[in-house]
Amino acid sequence: MTTDIGKFKHDSPMSGTLRMERMPHIWCPGCGIGSEVNAFAEAIKRSGIDPKKLVVVSGIGCTGRVAGYVDFDSIHTTHGRAIPVATGIKLANPELTVVVFSGEGDLTGIGGNHLIHAARRNMDLVVICNNNFTYGMTGGQVTPTTPHSAIASTTPYGNYEYPFSLPFLVDAAGATYIARWTSMDVRNVTQSIEEALAHKGFSFIEIISPCTTLYLRRNRLGDGVDMLQHYQENTVLKHGCDTRETAIDFQGKIVIGKFVDKVKPTYLEAVDQCCVKLVGDDYQLYGKTIPEREAEEKAEKEKVAARRAAVLAEQTEANE
Amino acid sequence: MKTVPAEPKGVDSGPHFMDGDQAIAEGALAAGCRFFAGYPITPSTETAERFAERAPEVGALFIQMEDELASIAALIGAAWGGRKAMTVTCGPGFSLMVENIGLAAMTETPLVIANVQRGGPSTGLPTLTAQQDMMQARYGSHGDYAIIALSPDSPQECFDITVEAFNLSEFYRVPVIILTDETVGHMHEKVVIPPAEQIQVVPRNNYSGPKEDFRPYKFDCQGGHPMARAGDGYNFHITGLTHDERGYPVMTAEQSKIVVTHLMEKIHGNADKIIRLDEDQIDGADVVVVSYGITSRIAIKAIQDARKEGIKVGSLRLITIWPFCEKRIRELAPKIKAFVVPEINYGQMVLEVERCAGGKCETISVNHCGGAVHDPEVILAAIRKANQ
Amino acid sequence: MSTQEIRFSGFGGQGIIRCALITGKALSLYDDKFATMTQSFGPEARGSACAAQLVVSDERVLYPYITCPGILLALSQEAYDKYWSELPKGGILIVEQDLVKLSGEHPDLVLMRVPATRFAEELGNRLFTNLVALGFFTAVTKVVTADAMKKALPGLVPDRFLKINIKAFEKGYEYGINALSAGGGAS
Repeated sequence: MTTDIGKFKHDSPMSGTLRMERMPHIWCPGCGIGSEVNAFAEAIKRSGIDPKKLVVVSGIGCTGRVAGYVDFDSIHTTHGRAIPVATGIKLANPELTVVVFSGEGDLTGIGGNHLIHAARRNMDLVVICNNNFTYGMTGGQVTPTTPHSAIASTTPYGNYEYPFSLPFLVDAAGATYIARWTSMDVRNVTQSIEEALAHKGFSFIEIISPCTTLYLRRNRLGDGVDMLQHYQENTVLKHGCDTRETAIDFQGKIVIGKFVDKVKPTYLEAVDQCCVKLVGDDYQLYGKTIPEREAEEKAEKEKVAARRAAVLAEQTEANE
Repeated sequence: MKTVPAEPKGVDSGPHFMDGDQAIAEGALAAGCRFFAGYPITPSTETAERFAERAPEVGALFIQMEDELASIAALIGAAWGGRKAMTVTCGPGFSLMVENIGLAAMTETPLVIANVQRGGPSTGLPTLTAQQDMMQARYGSHGDYAIIALSPDSPQECFDITVEAFNLSEFYRVPVIILTDETVGHMHEKVVIPPAEQIQVVPRNNYSGPKEDFRPYKFDCQGGHPMARAGDGYNFHITGLTHDERGYPVMTAEQSKIVVTHLMEKIHGNADKIIRLDEDQIDGADVVVVSYGITSRIAIKAIQDARKEGIKVGSLRLITIWPFCEKRIRELAPKIKAFVVPEINYGQMVLEVERCAGGKCETISVNHCGGAVHDPEVILAAIRKANQ
Repeated sequence: MSTQEIRFSGFGGQGIIRCALITGKALSLYDDKFATMTQSFGPEARGSACAAQLVVSDERVLYPYITCPGILLALSQEAYDKYWSELPKGGILIVEQDLVKLSGEHPDLVLMRVPATRFAEELGNRLFTNLVALGFFTAVTKVVTADAMKKALPGLVPDRFLKINIKAFEKGYEYGINALSAGGGAS
């Protein structure tokens, strides 16, 4: 049996979300990024946000390719610079919802400084971090999150460095929404992305994911299914867990859940607060006063809520 | 280039006594720049400070980023978010920015960077003048690409050139670099900002046609191609990878030829339209002094003294540094005895002059290792030597 | 006068840079002259010493730095010690009378002394020292007009202190006029 690729692309439930003309994608069988993108697409749909007002920004690496596949305004930036590029877009047009989708090497290694500063500013961005403990695109080198003693191409005798615990890192830096799941927890990932899209401020979602070709193979951990089995047996759900207790040891327990969800003025709200004190109620950013922008935001929120209600009703009907 | 009068809100019309750095900020606001991301570094910080002070009343946004890598990255984001954007820095910060100057060139993103040059290499002379980053401005990022660079010789010209930098940047969708120096950046002089209606600015060219016809790029070796603004529904994709006109990666030698040729030729092929020179008594000259930025002011002193001695010396001031005025140098070389090229570096633009002179006349470098302007006597001595 | 080079000097906090800015603005915006102002930005500018330079001309200033200052305003001992010997014969040396102890008679220079700090204190705050000194400088050097200097003040001194600064300027100016008529000063 052969598949009609054209028909397959057209009929795919992802055809409104992905640039089908760019399929097939480059990700390996068993890689977690595909299910993350699925969850992302589902979350966008359910959130009710206007896809025209969504921008996806990626850095470099396997996960960095997400921006190239999604059918939204998208920027594939240089290595590590997704967050500052996203910052520029968000600040240039605050009406946009800006999502950074990238890997842990990109976001926490070469781009680590940008990550902590965007968190510190409570920049209104959603950061989705695929954490597979490896630099996949370049052939499986050690990353800032590779567990101690794991084998990588540049730690052939085992990793002797100490890894970042990402929830703890971004919590300390000031992020206001933090969750961690594995790529198996698609419903939770979807829900978290939905929440993050609605959250005002810096949201960080870490998704632990298998790199079958490099990390699993090199560490003799089996294939993708074996790793999903591992996730099932070794994840510990702890909503609200103190982020100091979220470290991951080699093949050890993985604490998952929503750890932080709090309200704090975003960077732009802080700018507004300062400038309105200085200039008065006439203060405008890009020609719009704060009440004008608030009214627009409220109107958009109502539209989002209506679209969201319609999507959920449709899904409920489909399930019945 | 289609222009419209400047938006009055950004224009602080009237005479001012300000330094070059501040004039750059005023020029940017007049040109319609509403987004500034930067990182403090001497001797450029006054631009950031002025922009930060003026932003609330103009309705612009200023953000101090965590470093220069982030600053220029934010400009790229802001540009695709629909704003005219700029940053300011000097050597050490520019070195960090070159990574994303490449991305901006590759993605044809308009943005303006001012480099208020100080002495290097490395931390060098943080508070003292130099012109040592001329080649870095042109070739700093890896790969083949072209940029535009302009050099002002006074605070007034800092204002004027910044407006021009934005106009060129918008039309050619290319990073434009203002190559000034600590002396011009920090000297205070009278700066007259014209009324808004007298300042012509190139507005952002946003695509507004049907979605199916939208292409973020057109590889026709020309400027003037519209870009899309995030949120307008065109679902653009831009990448630093070699790409087709849809913006999708196509990593082949054939596509590279199309993209690289376009990036180079949209600037070099339009050099005649872009280049501005300030010439004085070139006709019949035996010696032509080629200079730029603060050095051209020092050179005028030497030129005036040489003329008193009866030497026929002309002045060619480069307002546009890149693309280089190859054609003009080639025209002049067979007609004169020598070019004299004073610059506050160990000899950078002189290499271009020498290359274009092609041995048809002598080319004399009057170099200076930075930290101060030339002694006009040294330039005068070189003119005398050139005239022998 | 075709070109005149002036150095303003003192210690940090005396408003030395402000003196040069006010004078430069007055000359180039209201007296129809060309003026270029530069200041030291090096580590030396972080300590106690402070200096700013002004080149004034009827034509466009080409070389922006001073090479042979004809006028030195020295509001501190250190500034006086460091810079007085740069002045050529006939140069104008203006010193803060109570803060600067002269090392000699300076017969080759036009020496003018003003108790600027004391006058400023009499007006209520030594912060006005620079404006008293500028008023005196304006009167005795005649490089710039008093009218232009007063016009240059808004924007360079805080609005709420504008009146008192003008008063300080006038105090110094008047003292300068009197000093000239008493026999000293520039011709």
